[in-house]
Amino acid sequence: MIEITNVCKTYDTGNKALRNINITIEDGEFVFIIGRSGSGKSTLLKMLLKEVEPTSGKIVVNDMNLGKMPRRYVPKYRRMLGVVFQDFRLLKDKNVYENVAFAQRVIGASTRKIKERVPNMLQMVGLSAKYKYYPQQLSGGEQQRVAIARALINRPEVLLADEPTGNLDHDNAIEIMRLLDLINQKGTTVIVVTHSNEIVNMMQKRVITMDRGCIIGDEEGGFIHED
Amino acid sequence: MRISTFWYCVKEGIKNICRNIWFSLASVATISACIFLFCLFFSIVANIQHVVDNVEGTIGITVFFDENLSEDEIKRIGSEIGRREEVSEVQFTSAEEAWESMKNDYFSGHEELAEGFADDNPLAGSASYQVFLHDITTQDQVVAYLQQLGGVREVNYSNSAAAGLSSFNAVIGILSLVIIGVLLAVSVFLISNTINVAASFRKRENEIMRYIGATDYMIRAPFVVEGIIMGLMGAGIPLVGMYYLYMRSVGYLTTKFQILSRIFQFLPLGDIFPYMAVVAVLLGLGIGFFASFFTIRKHLKV
Repeated sequence: MIEITNVCKTYDTGNKALRNINITIEDGEFVFIIGRSGSGKSTLLKMLLKEVEPTSGKIVVNDMNLGKMPRRYVPKYRRMLGVVFQDFRLLKDKNVYENVAFAQRVIGASTRKIKERVPNMLQMVGLSAKYKYYPQQLSGGEQQRVAIARALINRPEVLLADEPTGNLDHDNAIEIMRLLDLINQKGTTVIVVTHSNEIVNMMQKRVITMDRGCIIGDEEGGFIHED
Repeated sequence: MRISTFWYCVKEGIKNICRNIWFSLASVATISACIFLFCLFFSIVANIQHVVDNVEGTIGITVFFDENLSEDEIKRIGSEIGRREEVSEVQFTSAEEAWESMKNDYFSGHEELAEGFADDNPLAGSASYQVFLHDITTQDQVVAYLQQLGGVREVNYSNSAAAGLSSFNAVIGILSLVIIGVLLAVSVFLISNTINVAASFRKRENEIMRYIGATDYMIRAPFVVEGIIMGLMGAGIPLVGMYYLYMRSVGYLTTKFQILSRIFQFLPLGDIFPYMAVVAVLLGLGIGFFASFFTIRKHLKV
């Protein structure tokens, strides 16, 4: 469970990114966080990643208080999370298999475990046939699938996706959202930050709406009108 | 650490080197230059020290005593001198032994000329002690002590050869330390630069590693491996060069300048090389490890 209580964030520049945010996300939920640019969505995501510290307030993820977490525990905490970015952030000099295996390798997993898990994960995201391809040989949707496979290979409890469909066409975007839904159905908590009202309306999940650092809406299966 | 993780770090370290091959070569070349100079000075200093040690063992201070002193009194003073900690050995030469030695040196083949002194030792009252020291640099101090002893008539000593060599060795030592120090600083700077370039090449990779939950240790390891490999290469190249250079130089000098071999005994390669190799490898390893370890620290910030 994720509990964000009275969280505020003011950057050194004086910019108030978050103002008294309170959110509770249960295990296994699928949540969209939407809002315009500068509404504080990304700051919130960075806080969950423990990349940015709140100015005040408390964030607890699976009973771990992030504010009191020593720096040396951060890597272990991050292994509980999977992260997907808009720009995929794949390693260009590694093929599909290596990009996914990389996530296992850097946490010190054994070669045996890597060889066992990576093909399964690639099968799940539908890229078994393209395991030898390099990122530049794949479409945007396929690259995002690789990024999702990499995020999931360490079996995280929470998947954070920052604009995962931002660089994709309509069909690929829908494919990716279906994949995230499938992952959620298997028990992983999924938090998606997005701009796309179309995607949000299609998925019919919980939607948290932010504006200028505040939460202005938190609805289950909420319908949002196109601007 | 798992073996597979270890090999992964080694592989990534080698990849880093290959990615910035020119920077890496420049770093290796500088470390090589530094360690080559170190080896060169090491050989020179060790050989001069070897000569100084040999000379110190042969150069003694000769102490003569007042003529009216009995042999027992002279031996008492001798044993007092021998107890000093600077003194390694004392050798007594009686007046008779001194005359026998002189006869052998100067009247060899003309023994009849020495017959005239058969009952009248011309060196009577010349009983003496040869005093040998552990360290030639304490000679002045010991001479001053001997000169103020009661019953001592004269103290003869040589201030030239060994003392000169000692100071020459000290100068070479200081000079080599300064040059090696400067080269060390340049090596560390260059390795640090190379690691910085490698870190910027791997910026995205490191970023992803941090998000995935890789420890600082795991992020740092390939860079440290890179530094260590460069350090070891930088030590290995000059050691191979030095091995052949020393062997050839000593062979050449002893055959072409035979006169040199009478006064200058070179240390055999087997005596000097193992120490030199150990120190050079540790030096290369140290430069590589510390330069990379501390350089990459700033890239670990989350």
